[in-house]
Order: sequence, then structure tokens, then C-alpha cells
Amino acid sequence: MSKNFFIYLAAMAGVTYLIRMVPFTLVRGKIKSVYIQSFLYYVPYAVLGAMTFPYIFYSTGSLLTGVLGSAVAFLLSFRRCSLLTVAGVSALVAFVTGLF
Amino acid sequence: MKEKTQNSYMYGLGKGLPIALGYLSVSFGFGITAVAKGIKPFETIFISLTNLTSAGQVAGVAVIAACGTIIEMILTQLIINIRYCLMGLALTQKLDGSFTTFHRLVTSFGITDEVFGVAASEEGLIGKRFMYGLITLPYLGWALGTTLGVYANNILPTGVCAALGIAIYSMFMAIIVPPSRDDKGVLWTVMIASIMSCAFYYIPYLSKLSQGFSIIICGFVAAGVMAYIAPRDPEA
Repeated sequence: MSKNFFIYLAAMAGVTYLIRMVPFTLVRGKIKSVYIQSFLYYVPYAVLGAMTFPYIFYSTGSLLTGVLGSAVAFLLSFRRCSLLTVAGVSALVAFVTGLF
Repeated sequence: MKEKTQNSYMYGLGKGLPIALGYLSVSFGFGITAVAKGIKPFETIFISLTNLTSAGQVAGVAVIAACGTIIEMILTQLIINIRYCLMGLALTQKLDGSFTTFHRLVTSFGITDEVFGVAASEEGLIGKRFMYGLITLPYLGWALGTTLGVYANNILPTGVCAALGIAIYSMFMAIIVPPSRDDKGVLWTVMIASIMSCAFYYIPYLSKLSQGFSIIICGFVAAGVMAYIAPRDPEA
């Protein structure tokens, strides 16, 4: 294990922990600003959108199986299937189409 | 008047079981993704043991794989995980007297989207024993799933591993699509962020920007613009 890795790990784990710990431990009141409340509400969706596209298309190492798997994931998500179902079935589709 | 408080460890364990089962498969996908990006098995497991967050870990691994700067790592984690700040804040309103500073310092580590969802939907106040119970199994599931995923690369055929690489991204899709149907604000947030992200990926000059910074910029712009255009009802 490189020394470099532990610097990355410390930064990653440290920031993630502090974000969770600081408000949970210190803050007793409520956030008043509607703008900040709204921003915090939208951020996870923005980040997940940016992390999913276009990377999901290349996640299987083959554009064809990646796109097909993505299409299935979208359809199942649209029909409100559970996280497990969406993840499992899209991987299955990517696997099966990868056989040909 | 004393408000009702839920403070049973066993009850918390039970509530955490379905979360743990879900984490098992998601962290399995993370393990496969991380090793495929060149992160060593032990390093990958270490990341899961110390971070306990899906999106943050995937982005973090991308930064490591690209030999990004520490500043990039810090900013990436900050923007991706900023939601925990809000969740932690919301939960402070529900804690009973058993939550001394020490227990807040420990249990805050276990605040994830799903743990927050369950804890926040609990009726009345919550106690420290309940919180410890709730966190236990998801943490173990996250660690176990990562470990299995990391070594699956050596056990499973390459075709299976390649296909499983899509799992974690499909899960992200399953998180963002349903609320996008229900809420125009969320839909536009996702659209703006996704289109910007594709622009950073495909447009020649812009593609020089690393994935970590791309996520930070897309997240900030999309959420910032939408918070201005479509602010949330504070009562909702």
C-alpha cells in the first residue's frame, strides 16, 4: 500500500466524517435560509445525475451492453422498481447481451 | 410532558436489516468497480470501512485512479456528501437526552441516506441504543459486500464482472428517476447536471477537466440554479 493512498484516504474519510459529525454534534437550531435548504435538497440529485451520465454507458467495457443495460435501468426505475431489482436486472441484461 | 422515545437496540437492528441487504449488493458493485480502476483490494476495503457512502466512494476512487490532487478530493467529497449535513441537522431535532456529545460523535459516522430515512421516519424521539442498532448491520453489510466484490474479480468470469460494473450506476438511476417523475424541480436539476456532465466528457477542450471537478461544477451549478428558480416550500 502506497503512502500516497493513505493521504487520499485521510482526505476522503476525514471530509466525509466532518460533514456528518459537525452539524449532528454542534447544531441545535434549524436552518432558516430557504435558498440553502433548497440547495441542499437538490444537490444529491445533481451530483448523482452528473456521476451517472455519461459514465453508465461505459461501465461494462462495451458501449453496446452499457447502453442496453442503461435503457433497462431507466425503464425499471421509471416504473419505480426497487434499487436491488434495477441494479440486478440491468447487470443481467448487460451480461446476456455481452455473450453475443 | 415527556415525548415518546424509541431506545431499543434490537428494534434498531431489525430496522437496519433490509438496509444491510441492499448495501451488500451495492458495495459488491463498488468493490468490482474500484478494483477494475486499479485500486488494490485492501485499499478498497479500507475505503468502505472508513467512508460508508456509495457516491462519495465511487467519486473518490475516480480521483485516486486519475492521480488527482488532494484539493480535488476534498472538494469532491464536500459537494457529494453535503447532503449528510442537512440530514444530520434534521436528525438533531429528534434526539432524546441519551445522546451526549460522545454518542453524537460516534453515531454521526453512520448517517447514510437510508439510515437517515429510517431514523427520520421513526415516530417521536430516538435514543442512542436505537441509533447504534440501526447502524450496526448496514455497516457490516457494506464492509462484507465490498470484500466479496473485491475478490469476485478473481473468482467470477470476466464477462460477469464487466456486466456487474453497471450495477452501482443503475442504482444511482433508481434513486434519481422516480423523484424526477414527481417533482419538476428535481427533474430539471438532474437534466442540467447530466447534460453538463456529458458536455465535460465529450467536448474536446472541456474534457481536459477531471471527473472529480466535473462533478463539483455540475452539482454546484445545477443545484444552485434550481434552488434559485424553484425554491422548496420550507413547510414541506
